[in-house]
Amino acid sequence: MIRFMNVHKWFKDLHVLNDVSLTVAAGEVVVVCGPSGSGKSTLIRTVNQLESINSGEIWVDGKNVADPKTDLNALRAKVGFVFQHFNLYPHLSVLDNITLSPLMVKKMERAAADKLALQLLERVGLAHKKDAFPAQLSGGQQQRVAIARGLAMQPQVMLFDEPTSALDPEMIGEVLHVMKDLAESGMTMMVVTHEMGFAREVADRVVFVDHGQIIEEAQPEEFFMNPQHDRAKQFLRQLLTPMQ
Amino acid sequence: MNYNWDWNVFFKSTGIGNEIYLDWFVSGLGWTIAVALAGWIIALALGSLLGVMRTLPNKTASAIATGYVELFRNVPLLVQLFIWYFLVPDLLPEKAQIWFKQDLSPATSAYLSVVVCLGLFTAARVCEQVRTGIQALPKGQNYAAMAMGFQQAQVYRYVLLPQAFRVIIPPLTSEFLNIFKNSSVASLIGLMELLAQTKQTAEFSANLFEAFTLATVLYFVLNMSLMKLMGWVETRLRVPGMMGGAK
Ligand SMILES: Nc1ncnc2c1ncn2[C@@H]1O[C@H](COP(=O)(O)OP(=O)(O)OP(=O)(O)O)[C@@H](O)[C@H]1O
Ligand SMILES: [Mg+2]
Repeated sequence: MIRFMNVHKWFKDLHVLNDVSLTVAAGEVVVVCGPSGSGKSTLIRTVNQLESINSGEIWVDGKNVADPKTDLNALRAKVGFVFQHFNLYPHLSVLDNITLSPLMVKKMERAAADKLALQLLERVGLAHKKDAFPAQLSGGQQQRVAIARGLAMQPQVMLFDEPTSALDPEMIGEVLHVMKDLAESGMTMMVVTHEMGFAREVADRVVFVDHGQIIEEAQPEEFFMNPQHDRAKQFLRQLLTPMQ
Repeated sequence: MNYNWDWNVFFKSTGIGNEIYLDWFVSGLGWTIAVALAGWIIALALGSLLGVMRTLPNKTASAIATGYVELFRNVPLLVQLFIWYFLVPDLLPEKAQIWFKQDLSPATSAYLSVVVCLGLFTAARVCEQVRTGIQALPKGQNYAAMAMGFQQAQVYRYVLLPQAFRVIIPPLTSEFLNIFKNSSVASLIGLMELLAQTKQTAEFSANLFEAFTLATVLYFVLNMSLMKLMGWVETRLRVPGMMGGAK
């Protein structure tokens, strides 16, 4: 479904992605983790070309996204993206946030779009909030709406960039729960997260990124119990006991 | 000072037809509003377009808009008016020249010049407000909209502009009021708007103080009503759960 082949990217002198190769099969859930600034957000953003790449290839659903001939808007419509800071449209109601792209990009009928949005809100447990505005919701609720918004385009792949790291601890569970349901429904997912519980329970593979390189790729159990690289070991230690 | 105040002057005959002085003020106020509203429509449409252009990744588009702003902001308004009224018509093709100078009444040609002048001048200022409003939005809004597969025009139309305009209503209000005040330059090319009628009343009736007092009151009431109107618009557009504008 997604295939990175020798991808390189520079921000000026900074080599943010260094020879990244990775495959995410259909239906697979891959968790990406790594220290701050290691290039995780950049990596996940190259999938739908919110960030361009300097060399290499990224294939999504049979299309090379780095090819100038690829219709990016059509590609992006098939790839859902959930942001760390939700990025809901603050001037639109919850329902309108979800229906905007089906209406404008897919040219869906209003009635059908509303029905779809309500189904999705039901799925994330927020049908009763359809008329609220984003600023009236808690962080956890906003992120669940953002997931529903991503799903409204009926995407083939969902990308998550640290979906719970801006949330208060008591709200993390509700968002992870929705993501777990989604994974169980067979969605292909690439998730940047440091939620170890989620990775263990849901992920098929964990990818560890450091300085723009994938330095470890393993089954969750294996990665957590028996990391190979020193930097991965150190990262996991810090995650478990942040104060040391 | 020995001055005979006479507030009845506005109901006295001007000596021209059946007109009383008050009629002159009503007609002047009408022209002032007509100039300002038409100029504002141009300013808002063109200014929004230019403001968007200044935020586009396309270098040419943003350079054109920047050049426009520099040009129109740095030439005094009166100079611009004289250019539009005295010079530009001479540059038109011959047919258009005849139309502008002979077919149109002097009032209409002065009106067109001042509307174009104020519209284009104010557009430069609106452009800067719109640009600031767009740039103040979190980058994530643009990313979110792009990630959904929106074309650039849709990103602006449905996501960026509705938020930017809410944020800039207060500065836009003051530009809106400015165009009413600036419309008084029209008196210099002979358009009988409020200021010109005031001066004429003062000269004809010799009741200088009454004439300018009434003009002051009219400008003041007009501006206060416009401010109320914009305040109402702002409240109407306020997003539930949010104070002021976008976060
Ligand atoms: N637009 C940009 N221009 C220049 N440098 C950038 C840009 N975006 C990111 N960077 C830099 O690239 C590196 C990788 O950033 P990225 O956001 O991908 O890291 P990350 O792993 O997601 O970090 P975090 O865990 O803090 O979110 C960082 O050093 C960052 O400062
Ligand atoms: Mg990041």
